[in-house]
Amino acid sequence: MSGFNSSTNGHPPRIGVFICHCGTNIAGKVNVPEVVEFARTLPFVAVAKEYKYMCSDPGQEMIKHDIQQYGLTRLLVAACSPHIHEETFRKVASEASINPFLFQMVNIRELVSWVTEDGHEATEKAKAMIRAAAKRVLFHDELEPKKYPVKPGVVVVGGGIAGIHAALVMADAGERVYLVEREPSIGGHMAMFDKTFPTLDCAACILTPKMTTVRRHPNITVLSYSEVVEVSGFVGNFKVKVKKKPRYVVEEKCVGCYECIEACVFKEPRFPNEFDLGLGKRKPIYVPFPQAVPPVPMIDPETCIQFRTGKCPKGCVNACGDRDGIDFDQKDEIVELEVGGIIVATGFDTFDASRLPYYGYGIYPNVYTGLEVERLLNASGPTGGEVLLRNGQKPQSVGIIHCVGSRDENTNRWCSRVCCMYSLKLAHLMKERTGAEVYNFYIDIRAPGKGYEEFYDRLLQEGVHFIRGKVAEVSDWAMTPDEENRLVIRVEDTLIGMVRRIPVDMVILSVGLEPQRDAQEVTKLFNISCSTGNWFMERHPKLAPVSTMSAGIYLAGACQGPKDIPDTVAQAGAAAAEVLALTHKSVIEVEPNTAFIDERYCSGCQICVGLCPYSAIYYDEEKKVAVLNEPLCLGCGVCAAACPSGAAQQHLFQDEQLYAEIEGALVGVG
Amino acid sequence: MSKPKVAFYWCASCGGCEEAVVDLADAILGVVEAVDIVFWPVALDFKRSDVESLYDGELAACFINGGIRTSEQEEMAALLRRKAQAVIAFGSCSHLGGIPGLANLYSRESILNRVYLEAPSVDNRDRVLPKERSEADEGMLTLPAFSDSVRTLDQTIEVDYYLPGCPPPVTLIVNAVNALLSGNLPPKGTVLTGDKALCSECPRNATKPEKLSLKELKRPHQLIIDSKTCLLNQGVLCLGPATRCGCNAACLSANMPCTGCLGPTSHVKDYGAKALSAIASLLDSNEAEEIATLAQRIPDPAGTFYRYSLPASLLHHRAGNGRT
Amino acid sequence: MDEQFEPKLIGILCNWCSYMAADLVGTSRIRYAPNIRIIRVMCSGRIESQLILWAFRSGADGVLIGGCNPGDCHYQEGNYKALRRVTLLKQMLPQFGIEPERLRLDWICASCAEEMRKTVEGFTAQIRNLGPLRLQTPPLLKPIKIEMEVSRHVEA
Ligand SMILES: Cc1cc2nc3c(=O)[nH]c(=O)nc-3n(C[C@H](O)[C@H](O)[C@H](O)COP(=O)(O)OP(=O)(O)OC[C@H]3O[C@@H](n4cnc5c(N)ncnc54)[C@H](O)[C@@H]3O)c2cc1C
Ligand code: SF4
Ligand code: FES
Repeated sequence: MSGFNSSTNGHPPRIGVFICHCGTNIAGKVNVPEVVEFARTLPFVAVAKEYKYMCSDPGQEMIKHDIQQYGLTRLLVAACSPHIHEETFRKVASEASINPFLFQMVNIRELVSWVTEDGHEATEKAKAMIRAAAKRVLFHDELEPKKYPVKPGVVVVGGGIAGIHAALVMADAGERVYLVEREPSIGGHMAMFDKTFPTLDCAACILTPKMTTVRRHPNITVLSYSEVVEVSGFVGNFKVKVKKKPRYVVEEKCVGCYECIEACVFKEPRFPNEFDLGLGKRKPIYVPFPQAVPPVPMIDPETCIQFRTGKCPKGCVNACGDRDGIDFDQKDEIVELEVGGIIVATGFDTFDASRLPYYGYGIYPNVYTGLEVERLLNASGPTGGEVLLRNGQKPQSVGIIHCVGSRDENTNRWCSRVCCMYSLKLAHLMKERTGAEVYNFYIDIRAPGKGYEEFYDRLLQEGVHFIRGKVAEVSDWAMTPDEENRLVIRVEDTLIGMVRRIPVDMVILSVGLEPQRDAQEVTKLFNISCSTGNWFMERHPKLAPVSTMSAGIYLAGACQGPKDIPDTVAQAGAAAAEVLALTHKSVIEVEPNTAFIDERYCSGCQICVGLCPYSAIYYDEEKKVAVLNEPLCLGCGVCAAACPSGAAQQHLFQDEQLYAEIEGALVGVG
Repeated sequence: MSKPKVAFYWCASCGGCEEAVVDLADAILGVVEAVDIVFWPVALDFKRSDVESLYDGELAACFINGGIRTSEQEEMAALLRRKAQAVIAFGSCSHLGGIPGLANLYSRESILNRVYLEAPSVDNRDRVLPKERSEADEGMLTLPAFSDSVRTLDQTIEVDYYLPGCPPPVTLIVNAVNALLSGNLPPKGTVLTGDKALCSECPRNATKPEKLSLKELKRPHQLIIDSKTCLLNQGVLCLGPATRCGCNAACLSANMPCTGCLGPTSHVKDYGAKALSAIASLLDSNEAEEIATLAQRIPDPAGTFYRYSLPASLLHHRAGNGRT
Repeated sequence: MDEQFEPKLIGILCNWCSYMAADLVGTSRIRYAPNIRIIRVMCSGRIESQLILWAFRSGADGVLIGGCNPGDCHYQEGNYKALRRVTLLKQMLPQFGIEPERLRLDWICASCAEEMRKTVEGFTAQIRNLGPLRLQTPPLLKPIKIEMEVSRHVEA
């Protein structure tokens, strides 16, 4: 068990205490020399020293040197958060041949100097924490990091541009990739657009080739119309269960001729197409859009006559003939994958504009969201790229309202980052396609990307109107003949300081970006966290922007926060590189903070068995004790807390270690 | 060669431990045969002066039961400690404080008030409270001092071994005596029974479900307890998982739950706290209110989890924050 | 009551949410009362009554436990286990004359720096108001294990 272990060979432990100034970050508040003096008085402390930057090379060298010179057997570094430099100093310890776990990090920066007003108080607090650690470290055991082989293969969840790009990068590097997309086709939001800002290149022209490459790539398996239902295991060794929903057209047999769609008993498309946001129509058997990948139709059981009545002449089946690709009996299929890493790239959802009734969405037919207009503008969209009002006429004037559902206390506080730019893009395209007068209503224009400000300039030259002010209301209430049968946008123009009424034929709401509606469930599934507003949380906002708190699980794209395509692609590449760095290792080292059960003291009460969240403990009927299956243990310590005999303990968080730390923090000098 | 000398003494206890010695039945004759009992107030007429006249260390062993509440108990414990080579804390009260230790949930004043003034059966018009010294016609009368709290024996004197239980099971006593006689003793400080919890010897352990959880908590009188299956599985609070083995699941054979008299295993610092943690972990709900409702099914948590071990607990006594 | 009374507080925080929040308070240079001493565990599910009572016994006037929001525990349900234990323990504390407010369980998300500050400030003020916890532990303490270990070692 715990206590002074063999490494001390019966000699009293010799602790070295190294206290960092962190420039003035710590030393500006904490009286470091006083703390050093204090540390020297603590039991078993053989040496206590300070240094400007302990993590720097000379700092590390000093520690190594002192370990040798003073024959130190335990190490304590008081500096920043263990989340930042615990690894660094563990390495120092092991390079100087102290077991890296006979070390304790004391966080006197984030928890002391940065949060304490008074220098004296900060100094006393630092002392108490060092005293606590000096007590605790006496009870540390020598440990070995757990080592596990890393499985090849990566699951990418979400087939938007983020998932697609990450999959391609990894597949090209020789990694096996499973791309899981819950919609019938990959492509995500980008597949819905006509052109992309700021270069105005056609979205399909740059995306479609990538989608096709994904489909053809020998290293990529696309699991479309599929969802991840279970994730277990740990970094390097994940087990992922994917549910393939039935599309009633057998992917392996389909050749993509679409004769089935032609032959459907519905001669004309009659049902709203989800991909077109209901603006276009489809048949019960359909592909969501012409460039869909995989190019396999699917049947919607809600609208298919065969499903509804069982009495359809089944034109589709006849057309398919010998290929026999249609299967009305298809069921959910569960695919189990074993992989080393996971990238979550589930993207975003757009703000639901009907939450702001004063903008008239869902009330006035000619109020559209930006995404809907993307479909209208798209050459392969429901109108073949023509923008027409609901009555079939071309709009003479168009109002684009920025920041709908963004930068607003009542909806979402964040800036969605792309709306200004896509509003400009839509303004340009509307003018180009319809010749209409275009008004932009903005709070301020945010165009901080490469070529973005230039794009804004171009729009200003194109004669698009810009009105600065938050729109109060969109209504059909005419006050002048000019306003009859039109939509009136009421706004306070803050540049001229007066309220204006602008009549238009069409209103476009630049809806903001929101986390996917099921973001919470997804975080639970993958054991990752959300930051404010439900965007997925990165491990560190600056230094680990694509990692998560769960080792081996990475983020890419808009699921982590609103971003445009260039940023999404860059992030996807970064995530791919991080995963490759992981899967290209043959073994992975895992923190040995696992549980252990001393069978000499285990009565076999089995309380722990049912509590372990990972079923890592089983009851051995022979020996009548609980046994830990160590690789499954992720080190939460629930069993140790519940074990009524104290037989279950957790490495690095053993009872004795925590008692010592608590006592040291409270009792004693100072 | 003369037989080893042995003493028995009782402090704050109910007398059940003495019964247990008598319960040794045939075995006691063997003990009497092998040793020389020089002090046993409950059974034989010895006086304190008999002990005082022994020289230090003359007793091979002294068995002391009961907790320590009065100055007399404290003095006797110290005296016996001096005279004995080995002191054995006998029974829950001297080991952990026992049932009398529950008095530590009350202040000294409130206990005296209750017992001498407020209890319905008391008729004390002059409101006389016991005093250490009182003048009487016969002269100065003295009583032992009544201390602030009940202490365990090892909070009073150094203890060599512990015989746990309320009262200690006969087999444990016999084993202990044999060990003492043969000199075949474990390290000092050992509790003289196994270091696993009761589940290890409970015949019902085999009936545990895959995932133990408490959907409901019932008191034993609120249901007909099945005599074969694990009590926790029936929603009855059994402290067997937290309590040392050695009694052969005696209460369970009487179809009653374990209440914890043999105390914690050696890896537990505070019996009640640990038992509470284990049981609370099993409450089958994740909703704050539901959990609270379930928890309220244990109306007296201190009495439930510390029935035998309050003085030995980390808190030891009700806090003195000026409120009772 | 002693006007100068400054409580001693222990905070036991889970690694993934509440400790991260405490780190973030630091990085954001937000100030709070210096009374609390923070101990890190991997999950609030590791925390149990022995540790809490040990903190009181060692001189803490209040114990703050921090975990992830319901549903956000890094180990699925550890925070619920903590909630169950704290609920039952809080029910027992008054029997020992200890105000249940001296034990506080809060869910604090990793990005909730401001909430962390408020919690610590609020808790400190609350315990300052309650005054010191006066435990009545016996005059002759059973040597606690830690002290035994140390002395044993020195002898060796
Ligand atoms: C109207 C509008 C216009 C825009 N115009 C431009 C532009 O011109 N230029 C530009 O740079 N950016 C533009 N953007 C931003 C652009 O859409 C995003 O940067 C980009 O789509 C982000 O890609 P993504 O892969 O992260 O997310 P998404 O495109 O949202 O893709 C996510 C994918 O994951 C899938 N998915 C979600 N949840 C799951 C799950 N649980 N399991 C499996 N699959 C799942 C989804 O079905 C989807 O296919 C625009 C945004 C909007 C709203
Ligand atoms: S610490 Fe215990 S309960 Fe937690 S994962 Fe490991 S074995 Fe399971
Ligand atoms: S990890 Fe924070 S409560 Fe479990």
